[in-house]
Amino acid sequence: MELRFTEEERAFRQEVREWIDANLPAETRERMASGRTPTKAMQVDWQKRLYAKGWAVPHWPVEWGGQPWSAIKRFILSEEIQSTPAPTPLGFNCNMLGPVMVAFGTEEQKKHFLPKIANLDLWFCQGFSEPGAGSDLASLKTRAVREGDHYIVNGQKTWTTLAQHADWIFLLVRTDPGAAKQQEGISFLIADMKTPGITVRPIITVDGAHEVNEVFFDDVKVPVANLIGTENRGWDCAKFLLSNERTGQARVGASKERIRRLKLIAKEAPGGARPVMEDPRFRSRLTDVEVQLKALEMTTLRVLADENRALSQRKPNPASSVLKIRGTELQQAISELYVMAAGPYGLVSADPEADRWNEPEVAQDWQTLAQATYFNWRKQSIYGGSTEIQKNIMAKAFLGL
Amino acid sequence: MDFDLSEDQRLLQDSLSKLLKDKYGFEQRKGYMKSETGWSRDVWAAYAELGLLGMPFAEEDGGLGYGAVETMIVAEQMGRSLTLEPFMSTVVMGGGFLRHGATAEQRAAMVPEIAAGNLLLAFAHTEPQSRFDLNDVATTAKKDGAGWAIDGRKGVVVHGDTADQLIVTARISGARRDRDGIGVFLVPANAQGVTRRGFGTSDGQRAADITFDNVKVGAEAELKGGLALAERVVDETMAALSAEAIGCMEAAKDLTVDYLKTRKQFGRPIGSFQSLQHRAAEMMVCLEQARSMAMLAAMMASEPDAAERRRQMRAVKIEIGRNARFVGQQTVQMHGGIAMTMEYAGGHYLKRLTVIENMFGDMDHHLAALSEEGGVFLAA
Repeated sequence: MELRFTEEERAFRQEVREWIDANLPAETRERMASGRTPTKAMQVDWQKRLYAKGWAVPHWPVEWGGQPWSAIKRFILSEEIQSTPAPTPLGFNCNMLGPVMVAFGTEEQKKHFLPKIANLDLWFCQGFSEPGAGSDLASLKTRAVREGDHYIVNGQKTWTTLAQHADWIFLLVRTDPGAAKQQEGISFLIADMKTPGITVRPIITVDGAHEVNEVFFDDVKVPVANLIGTENRGWDCAKFLLSNERTGQARVGASKERIRRLKLIAKEAPGGARPVMEDPRFRSRLTDVEVQLKALEMTTLRVLADENRALSQRKPNPASSVLKIRGTELQQAISELYVMAAGPYGLVSADPEADRWNEPEVAQDWQTLAQATYFNWRKQSIYGGSTEIQKNIMAKAFLGL
Repeated sequence: MDFDLSEDQRLLQDSLSKLLKDKYGFEQRKGYMKSETGWSRDVWAAYAELGLLGMPFAEEDGGLGYGAVETMIVAEQMGRSLTLEPFMSTVVMGGGFLRHGATAEQRAAMVPEIAAGNLLLAFAHTEPQSRFDLNDVATTAKKDGAGWAIDGRKGVVVHGDTADQLIVTARISGARRDRDGIGVFLVPANAQGVTRRGFGTSDGQRAADITFDNVKVGAEAELKGGLALAERVVDETMAALSAEAIGCMEAAKDLTVDYLKTRKQFGRPIGSFQSLQHRAAEMMVCLEQARSMAMLAAMMASEPDAAERRRQMRAVKIEIGRNARFVGQQTVQMHGGIAMTMEYAGGHYLKRLTVIENMFGDMDHHLAALSEEGGVFLAA
């Protein structure tokens, strides 16, 4: 048992830190440090820089732009990106579609798409959820009927994150409504968002943000060449996708950065007789979250060390289920601490997407974002398999209940 | 980064697990509890034979030279079986004081005796007013010729009733709560002026309330290091207790999950009810988060930077306490009435976990102190 980073790993962390400092555009860093999400242009520009450096998709096979690194080394890169903070490589491209295409795609698909996915030449969005298929994803109804060299797709997807930026979509469709089990008649397609019949309609979330969308498919012609894997076996792709990169969901690096910033903010934030940070109850709550985050960091490292093993020697690790559940709980808890620190000036509402977003400048930037972020982050324990779904999985897979 | 055990460590784990399976069934444990010492001399001798009692000492002192990871392995197994023997008091705490604070001559005299199972130690620090503060010491040590005279009262000295030597904090100078001026003394339990009243603790172990009335010891009785020594040993002990808690929690979780599968109500196993499934899953989340912290503790136990070690150990103790409480309580709740009984192991896990939660500082104690010290993640 050796729980310390090696000399080489520490040197790598330093190298990453210096490279990010030298290459991250100042506007991007500033926007992210204020707690806002990057613009599309910032995201694309940053991912192209990472790709040129060989760091956009280190977890992919080397022939497709990956690195022969240990899981720990990949973790260090991702933690440094999160804690700068800099934009994380687009998850839909790098963690979801990319690995699915590597595992299930044809040589032609890989050659054509993988470089564009990794370099964010094409922005993909995810068409999984439907109005009637949330946690019970396999009950999805969007229909694809084969006609010659095309599928004709009809139906509706929802909660499609950043579809307004997307060039392409990957989606689950029902190709065999008569299959014995509902999981068996599903296929995995990709489609150009410019295809006639695709309509994107914004959904505005409670915080006022336009992050998610509804996507409607009305007689959309998708070439059969855009099928990933085997027809009616799309559920295999979906399961593979959902089981990938669980360590990423803990987002420990990002949470540590948010805590670090909160401590600086709370030292200055007026709290009546004393700054907020000097209120022992606030400080104790903050420390309590830090303690749990430390435990989550250790759990993440345990899962990573496990991922370093050869596939054949790996056992399903219950610690990995902890990451999604506690990781999202802690991100939410941190957002609550920001709300507490902001106090009455947290009531000021702003539109973080607007150019002159904090005008009239009634409150400080972080104050106007505190409640919006808190509201927005309620989503974290819902998406990607809600906390309740995670517990169902744990009870079945690890406890045999 | 490697969380795997070595071949030797696995061997240690297996041999102790086998021994405890053989000698520490829950019914056997009840017998040990009722015995005069409240634990088993026979099992203690078996530990000695396995080498467990000399584990942490240097080889030149007559030990095995093992580290915190081995202690973690052993403590976890003991937690699973809810063992009653004074391993924590004699080997982890007593051993820590001897390793870090005793002279070579003292170690040469005592370590082989401890390793052989002939010498028992206990750490006497708690006083009626001190609560969790190691620096709050009203017991005094006054110069008496070349040696010392000790006066005062120590309470809740775990395994103090059977110990041969007591390790006692006493104030040499300064005010009651000063960090300076505290000495750590080795006091034979049979020295004149030592009065012990033994009693049972809530988890079924034994402890003593001990008064020192003009107890005379030699100059060599003062160990080197004062309060810093005591804090170092307590940090190491918190690491071992965390591992013991992991053993308790894991065994309690397993017991509970087995029960959920076999107990039937409304015509089906109660484990088929989602509200219980989710709580069992939450127990598992708690166990894994706690396990991560026990591993951190094993790593930090040997951290030379005392302030850094202290902060991390506080974090460990807080997280172990939080999760131990949930797992312990839910073990009883999900079993229902059966785990309320003395007859059944479930409730005994809650009791031991509660004691661990309240040893060397509870959650609030360490939260307050850790906040004061700047939290877990210090500004870079």
